[in-house]
Amino acid sequence: MTRKQRRLTMIGGSLAVLALALGLVLNGLRDSIVFFSTPSMVAKQHIAEGRRFRLGGLVQPGSLKHGDNLAVTFDVADGDAKLPVSYNGILPDLFREGQGVVAEGALDASGVFRADTVLAKHDETYMPKEVADALKKQGHWKDDYVAKAGAAVNKAGAAVNEVGAAVNEAGAVAPQAAARTGEGATR
Amino acid sequence: MIAEGGHYALVLALGLALIQSTVPLLGARWRDGALMNIARSTALAQLLFVALSFAALVTLHVTSDFSVLNVFDNSNSLQPMIYKITGVWGNHEGSMLLWVSILALFGGLVAAFGNNLPLSLRAHVLAVQAWIASAFYLFILITSNPFLRIADPPIEGRDLNPVLQDIGLAVHPPMLYLGYVGFSISFSFAIAALLEGRIDPAWARWVRPWTLVAWIFLTLGIAMGSYWAYYELGWGGWWFWDPVENASLMPWLAGTALLHSSLVMEKRNALKVWTILLSILTFSLSLLGTFLVRSGVLTSVHAFATDPTRGVFILLILCIFIGGSLTLFAGRASALKQGGLFAPISREGALVLNNLFLTTACATVFVGTLYPLALEVLTGDKISVGAPFFNLTFAPLFVPLLVAVPFGPMLAWKRGDLLGAAQRLMAAGIASLFAIAVVWALARGGGALAPLGIGLGVFVVAGALNDLAERVGLFRMPFATTLRRAVGLPRSTWGSAFAHAGLGIALIGIVCETTWNSEYIGTMRPGDVARVAGYELKLDGQSQRQGPNFREMVASFTVTLDGERLSVMTPSKRTFTTRGMSTTEAALFSRGASQLYISLGDATADGGITVRIYHKPLVLLIWFGPVLMAFGGMLSLSDRRLRVGAPKPARALRGLQAAE
Repeated sequence: MTRKQRRLTMIGGSLAVLALALGLVLNGLRDSIVFFSTPSMVAKQHIAEGRRFRLGGLVQPGSLKHGDNLAVTFDVADGDAKLPVSYNGILPDLFREGQGVVAEGALDASGVFRADTVLAKHDETYMPKEVADALKKQGHWKDDYVAKAGAAVNKAGAAVNEVGAAVNEAGAVAPQAAARTGEGATR
Repeated sequence: MIAEGGHYALVLALGLALIQSTVPLLGARWRDGALMNIARSTALAQLLFVALSFAALVTLHVTSDFSVLNVFDNSNSLQPMIYKITGVWGNHEGSMLLWVSILALFGGLVAAFGNNLPLSLRAHVLAVQAWIASAFYLFILITSNPFLRIADPPIEGRDLNPVLQDIGLAVHPPMLYLGYVGFSISFSFAIAALLEGRIDPAWARWVRPWTLVAWIFLTLGIAMGSYWAYYELGWGGWWFWDPVENASLMPWLAGTALLHSSLVMEKRNALKVWTILLSILTFSLSLLGTFLVRSGVLTSVHAFATDPTRGVFILLILCIFIGGSLTLFAGRASALKQGGLFAPISREGALVLNNLFLTTACATVFVGTLYPLALEVLTGDKISVGAPFFNLTFAPLFVPLLVAVPFGPMLAWKRGDLLGAAQRLMAAGIASLFAIAVVWALARGGGALAPLGIGLGVFVVAGALNDLAERVGLFRMPFATTLRRAVGLPRSTWGSAFAHAGLGIALIGIVCETTWNSEYIGTMRPGDVARVAGYELKLDGQSQRQGPNFREMVASFTVTLDGERLSVMTPSKRTFTTRGMSTTEAALFSRGASQLYISLGDATADGGITVRIYHKPLVLLIWFGPVLMAFGGMLSLSDRRLRVGAPKPARALRGLQAAE
């Protein structure tokens, strides 16, 4: 083989692998990404039954019920709307009523969100970022969460405020999103 | 006083780093040996001052000085001593201080042991090292000072995050940082080569040990982190494709590619431009990992704090270093002369293939990790890219790579013989087919993919053994000759065989765990028996216990197999009073490489307790594989060619060295 042929073989091989990878990535992005939603977005958007998404919000106080065989039901709320969630399994260590939660699953025919994963949070001042952003956007952030956390952990108040500031910053992209989903109008 | 002293030492280190980042460069330009040698002294002095600063923070944590904000936030006087110490880096500020300490350590090591380097190369390398160090000292001093005082000191601290109160914290972050930061050396070497405009095989030989050290630690660090997540988070998962995990996987993939391409450069003087680019990319990915984890754009166990100024600052560092180095690369790379020729089917060709797949796999991880962030910034949509995406993209790219692994070492340099290699791999192929047949026959359920996966793993392991057997002439020659050959075989050959075998072993573990994992989830009362994979687990009872800074509820299970009593397992649920958090301590029982795993859920109203029991067949192989890889790396590191004689600069540089 000449130098040129060798180089062509090399480049051809590389392009083939890259094309393969690109195909895999595009295919993967089409099939396996999961969108994030809140109960009020669900109420307005009509998400098809069986379509997987992540649901975030606060666990409605008083709604947590344990059934047989580790069945659990609770409501996730974000001020305007709430959505019943059913889950089968052990809830994470830090799952509590009145606190933020992110669940992954799909709606069933009766409009109940069947979660197969309930995400844990790792810290008492930590709120899933998506939930914090969504609540912030609707103006529920300060009164619902920061006040409570601030009262509970006196000194930590400063830290939580810091988180609030961070969310504020992140909230810069919010108006656009709110307009798109049409929920800016209700606020 | 100690806090102020630590702070002051850090400022001095910054001053030294600023000197080190400029003066040696001027020295190299003016060919002034004395100025170039300043780099050595400043690097060592910098290490001393950073070490003092780090020691100061450790002292503050050990003595529980709650007048320091960092100690107040992350420590408690009741905490066991080990967690007081590990708590130093169990928070944002402290972990950044650990980061720069390790950076200074590597700089100091190059200064101390780099006597065989040409003077101007060493000056350049240490100067680039100092640029990185200066940026991170500034970052710590401006945005994340760990030595801040509180005006009226509280009596008691807020305790370390309970999830982090584990021996894993003592091992995982330092290992991972040794890996991340270790790649800064190959980065500095690459930038130095571009600045000097010359590069030769000796360069690859100087860089190799540093890359290898970083790779070994990164491998162990990732494996350790995975095992920690496995037993601490209580879900029995060992890899979640979490962005933070991906952030450590990406430099590992690029670093593995770098190890292989620098081999081509060292032996055959080819792939120079590519190797330089990989050095830059690997450390850039390490920086990206630091940014993802430390900026607060992601929320996870690793994101300690979300302060926008920090994120912006790290982003700035990231842009300057990655952008700057890639610009320099674009400008200078064409000046580097192309080296040796080789046919597509050859050892070099195989290593190119390896690089191609590793970097492509790395790119898919990159897309999966950053796409959600990019999409959120651009459109405001929030999405998550999870395991399904990576299974669909990463796995198909890794399979051909694994098939090719045993062929690589069988091919000759320059021009290889694929048919000959295949013939010599016959034994490995037979072993693999045999394994597939046996697994197929024995396995109940799990589909066709599992036996094939195990067959692939066996092929990789057997291929590594096969390569060794070929080299020592096993069964073809008298045993004494074989033994003599085995002793004479270069350590790096043994090293690569171990590392490749480790890959196959990890794959076997992954396939077994994901396919034949069995679980039991349910509510149990004392006296109840759960049956999992033939084992009987009887809940004997529960008891309360008081730990140093927590209360725990311990459940006791008796494990029996076919009526034989094997062990007692005691999973527990801890409640940490200071933070009001609870953690689940899983109980593990190993039999061979398989494990039983119990984690507790909540107590139910009627006196029962929810439990999760897993039987994970051959799960320990998942971590044994990487340990074997790291061991292979260490063997390779001890190869005599990296120590003895070999690293001699190319001719043109001799004149410079004489000036020393």
